[in-house]
Amino acid sequence: MSLMRGVVAALAVSLALVLQVSVFPHLAWQGIVPNLCLLVVVGAALTRGPQFAAVLGFLAGVALDLAPPADHVAGRWALALVVVGYLAGRVRQDVRPTAMAVVATVAASSFVGTSVFAISGLVLRDPALGVPDLLRVILVAVVWDVLLTPFVLPLVMRMFQRLEPARTA
Amino acid sequence: MGLRLDHRLGRLKGRRERRWSGAGRLDERSRPSRSLLVALVLASLTLITLDYNGGDDSPVESARRVVGEVFGPVETGTATAIRPFTAVPDWFRSRGALNDDVARLEAENSRLRSQAATADYDRNRLQEYDGLTAAADDLGYALVPARVVALGPAQSFSDAVTIDAGSRAGIRPDMTVINNDGLVGRVLRVTSTTATVLLVVDTDSVVGGRVGESMEVGFLHGRGVVGDSGRLDLELVDESEVPAKDDTVVTWGSEDGAPYVAGVPVGRVTSVFSSVRESTQRAVIDPYVDFGSLDLVGVVVPSGTHSDRAVIEADGSLK
Repeated sequence: MSLMRGVVAALAVSLALVLQVSVFPHLAWQGIVPNLCLLVVVGAALTRGPQFAAVLGFLAGVALDLAPPADHVAGRWALALVVVGYLAGRVRQDVRPTAMAVVATVAASSFVGTSVFAISGLVLRDPALGVPDLLRVILVAVVWDVLLTPFVLPLVMRMFQRLEPARTA
Repeated sequence: MGLRLDHRLGRLKGRRERRWSGAGRLDERSRPSRSLLVALVLASLTLITLDYNGGDDSPVESARRVVGEVFGPVETGTATAIRPFTAVPDWFRSRGALNDDVARLEAENSRLRSQAATADYDRNRLQEYDGLTAAADDLGYALVPARVVALGPAQSFSDAVTIDAGSRAGIRPDMTVINNDGLVGRVLRVTSTTATVLLVVDTDSVVGGRVGESMEVGFLHGRGVVGDSGRLDLELVDESEVPAKDDTVVTWGSEDGAPYVAGVPVGRVTSVFSSVRESTQRAVIDPYVDFGSLDLVGVVVPSGTHSDRAVIEADGSLK
């Protein structure tokens, strides 16, 4: 069952990645698209906890770093999504995951994830963009991710729930 | 088997309420392993270090290539599958034959416009006897047509796109990519069926530019913004020359046409300001290409390139 879960998770991440680079640019605002990979990782974190989500975040991040047309220093999205997976998985232990809490978790995760990515870029001098530009992109990305949450998160969470190995209730 | 599945589904339905509202199985969850988190973070940092210090021949490049071989065709397929839907708005505006007419006229219009825009540049070039040889070189170019199938998200802060032609179509790294309106960018890396193109508006992009009116040379830097407000900065080498507003900037060209061939229109000057401290003139360039809606592009290849698709030769014929 855990092999099955891994395969399905990898497929979900791949699907999210392809939609993100090939479909959503047609709807993008100034090139900013919803980060579907991040939504899948948050969904995994809310249903499966930080451990699984951090591993999935690492894989999704590496895919984002390497799949064309990525051209930044590889490993930056991996780092960002590991942090997101871990934090989002921890949040669930303190807050009741009502619909509002899910939206709040997505917003916080999106902010943290894109920020970690942006900060790693500032440290490596990878994008020579100013902080106001970075902030604008980060905030628009949060809005996009929150907008897509009602459509993506229930699906992802249901999927991971179904794949749960039988446990004693 | 079926029975077990039914049983499980039933249990899940019962549990759904708890998932959104209840405490669930909090106590059951094992404490997250810190060592796993540390291992993953270290793995990410290792990857960053490898890629950052490795440069062009880092081990990550081969991984990129492998991932590109897998995702490239999927991206191409997805873009092809949704193309009818993204064309729906066009279809409503003008249908069938009308649409074809508009496309043909637009193509002709932008060809004429680019001719007019480079007239100054061409005249100057002829005057400097450079024209004849350069024009002969010009005639030697052929174009491999390709479509943009994927755009990097702005959250990654790098402006690169994937096109659906790769090494099988005769494309190699460091080739110039243009479209109807002007310079798009250069090829960064290729897989067998796709290629990654760095747009000139990317912050990493530096293009040698020449002001058509005065033949003054300088360097064009991207600002990292796509869309309507996408601009380039032109840093002129000679501080005494001041480009006028609406002057055309074309590429200056590199040796053997790699990565940029000469004389491709890039954009027009919108404003000029001088920096006393750096003693250079800086001009802001509005690119001719609309980077927000890139679709059909052409990759400049040597004439007679072997390709898996029709190549547009310099005289307009297809081979």
